[in-house]
Amino acid sequence: MATAADRLPVAKTYKIYIDGKFPRTESGRYFALEDKKGGVIANVCRSSRKDFRNAVVAARKAQPGWAKASAYLRGQILYRIAEMLEGRREQFAAELKMQGSPARQAEKETEAAIDRLIYFAGWADKYQQVFSAVNPVSSSHFNFSVLEPTGVVALLVPDEPGLLGLIANLAPAIAGGNTVVVLASEARPLSAVSFAEVLHASDVPPGVVNLLTGHRDELTSHFASHMDVNAIVACEGGRKARREIQTLAAENVKRVVFRQGTDWSKAESANPYLIRDTQEVKTTWHPIGV
Amino acid sequence: MARPENTLAFDGGWEYDPAPESTDHVRVASRYGLFIDGEFVRPEKGRYFDTINPATEERLARVARAGAGDVDRAVAAARKAYSGVWGRMKPAERGKYIYRIARMIQERAREFAAIESLDGGKPIRESRDVDVPLAAAHFFYYAGWADKLEYAFPGRNVRPLGVAGQVIPWNFPLLMAAWKLAPALACGNTVVLKPAETTPLTALKLAEVIADAGLPPGVVNIVTGAGDTGAAIVEHPGVSKVAFTGSTEVGKIIQRALAGTNKSYTLELGGKAANIVFADAAIDQAVEGIVNGIFFNQGHVCCAGSRLFVQESVADEVVAKLRDRMETLIVGDPLDKNTDIGAINSKMQLDKIEEYLKVGQAEGGTLHQAKGRVPKKGYWCRPAFFTGVSQSNRVVQEEIFGPVLAIQTFRTFDEALEKANNTPYGLSGGVWTDKGAKIFRMTQGVRAGVVWANTFNKFDPTSPFGGYKESGVGREGGLHGLDAYLKLGA
Repeated sequence: MATAADRLPVAKTYKIYIDGKFPRTESGRYFALEDKKGGVIANVCRSSRKDFRNAVVAARKAQPGWAKASAYLRGQILYRIAEMLEGRREQFAAELKMQGSPARQAEKETEAAIDRLIYFAGWADKYQQVFSAVNPVSSSHFNFSVLEPTGVVALLVPDEPGLLGLIANLAPAIAGGNTVVVLASEARPLSAVSFAEVLHASDVPPGVVNLLTGHRDELTSHFASHMDVNAIVACEGGRKARREIQTLAAENVKRVVFRQGTDWSKAESANPYLIRDTQEVKTTWHPIGV
Repeated sequence: MARPENTLAFDGGWEYDPAPESTDHVRVASRYGLFIDGEFVRPEKGRYFDTINPATEERLARVARAGAGDVDRAVAAARKAYSGVWGRMKPAERGKYIYRIARMIQERAREFAAIESLDGGKPIRESRDVDVPLAAAHFFYYAGWADKLEYAFPGRNVRPLGVAGQVIPWNFPLLMAAWKLAPALACGNTVVLKPAETTPLTALKLAEVIADAGLPPGVVNIVTGAGDTGAAIVEHPGVSKVAFTGSTEVGKIIQRALAGTNKSYTLELGGKAANIVFADAAIDQAVEGIVNGIFFNQGHVCCAGSRLFVQESVADEVVAKLRDRMETLIVGDPLDKNTDIGAINSKMQLDKIEEYLKVGQAEGGTLHQAKGRVPKKGYWCRPAFFTGVSQSNRVVQEEIFGPVLAIQTFRTFDEALEKANNTPYGLSGGVWTDKGAKIFRMTQGVRAGVVWANTFNKFDPTSPFGGYKESGVGREGGLHGLDAYLKLGA
């Protein structure tokens, strides 16, 4: 029995993150996240197609500005995200535990997620130097190829690990100047929503990262078919899902990146080729002479 | 504004004597089989089609039409050559074979050039000076990569993909074969390549070169046919990678067809490039660039500068100069060294272009078309441009793939950029101005894979080519072009 001296904890309402704001899903629907014993941990927004479309509008609006931000600034902002996450390590570990991760694993995952952000923060002003080229053409032209962000990227992040899997795929996309719409892990959605709060406090401009929770089987087709999305990265789903994604993606010749079966905790799963996956190569010709 | 006098018309009294390229040195067989496993073989069902000279409408040769069974044979030969020889060969030796191909194209350059012009209708000056030398250069460039691939992708292990299925278009037949074959072979893949239906001959001559160069049988297989042959290659389970150059419409079909398979793909699709001329540009130079941008190769160029944006204050001047310059272009015999604009590649393409000439006028555009004579037989389209068109017009939005330019004006930088990017395509673009900072602001802003500043339609084997948005996926050429034919592992 509760006594007068006991304090009732305040339960958190987990919302979605669009254009730097935390709205409830337009659908008004939710799904209950349950613990092993069937107790309700939280009601999670079951985002709709309309939420997704709003998120794409926000991402598109934010994209030119984010792409134009200096690589140094993008790196600093990614670093800032890591700083903010570091300060909330305990919360994130606790949330992972609440969602079913063993204690030690939850702590390790949170640390790995922070380190992954630092890793990609460092790449923000370096990948261009690794992947661009000056091309020695035979004619008297100065010719060079650089990477540019592909634009708006739809991210279907892995179910496991819920936090690290999100960050391992989100960080390379935004480090490269893309803006993203993420569908969070269906099994570990709470980490993503809390991470949006970290983003919100980390100088990430509104619309650069938009984060939805919901059912992947309801939303995948919208992620894949939207005409104003330039690329889709999918970390879950078998052959059937891959077929659906690529079939719908062809409607506007989206770049399709499949990352199923990756162990995100491994060091080799962090590399600048993840940035390159959502980049375009632009080649510029200019005459030499007068 | 009335400008009756053409300042460049030389009083109308100048005539060029014909200067045709000789075809004595050209050997074209009356009939070609399929090049499978190192030799020319009969197609399984014995079907052939005609390839004609679009300048005379006469048949040049009968060419085999490959069916699914033939494609099967070709893929099997390629698979065997991949696992048996090519995939295991020392990379440096692989490179030496490719160098040989480059050298043999150079040796037979005149024959290749003449056949390219006969079969496809392009002016000999272009096939001689652009297509053939660039094709040889492409093999030469990628030959050298064969034993250096690990330096191209730091931190990665590189492996070939297997059998590459390649489908190429009719606008640069030999050059596109080189773009596809050279990097695929350098990376250790074997190939089944299908040239376009209307222009198979230089690819078949290339098959002769490949045989003469002593490439192991099955490393390169060339199967001729139409769309169904291409589909059979794309869908064949023995193919690990598909490379396609052609229309966006077909590119989407291919991307869908490959869904759910593990095949990788590169797509080089359509374009509707903006060529942007600022008031501070060197105008005469820009006019030459506009002409090269849209009338090169009869406008059968996916990266053609088919939308011209001229800053309002110089629009009258640019349009007048362009009109005068257009009248001096010589349309006619592709083999004549004086010819600027050759034959339209096919009757089908000519019909399509003529349809757009009607559509543009029906939509309210003003058509300006050169008035010169064209030969009676053959497929010809005098160069043309539209003024008075707007962003929503079909001639502004859709790829015409002919010598037809759509001209619009702009006032501010931002307006030009906004209009330039207002298309589903993103293959190429051009900007003309004397201000360096303005050049780079524009080249950065244009959402396209290749941007030419104060030049247009330049190509080089070291220079990556390919589109943003619906103009395609992946790059061909340069270091970045290797990516299409390798699996990168940790």
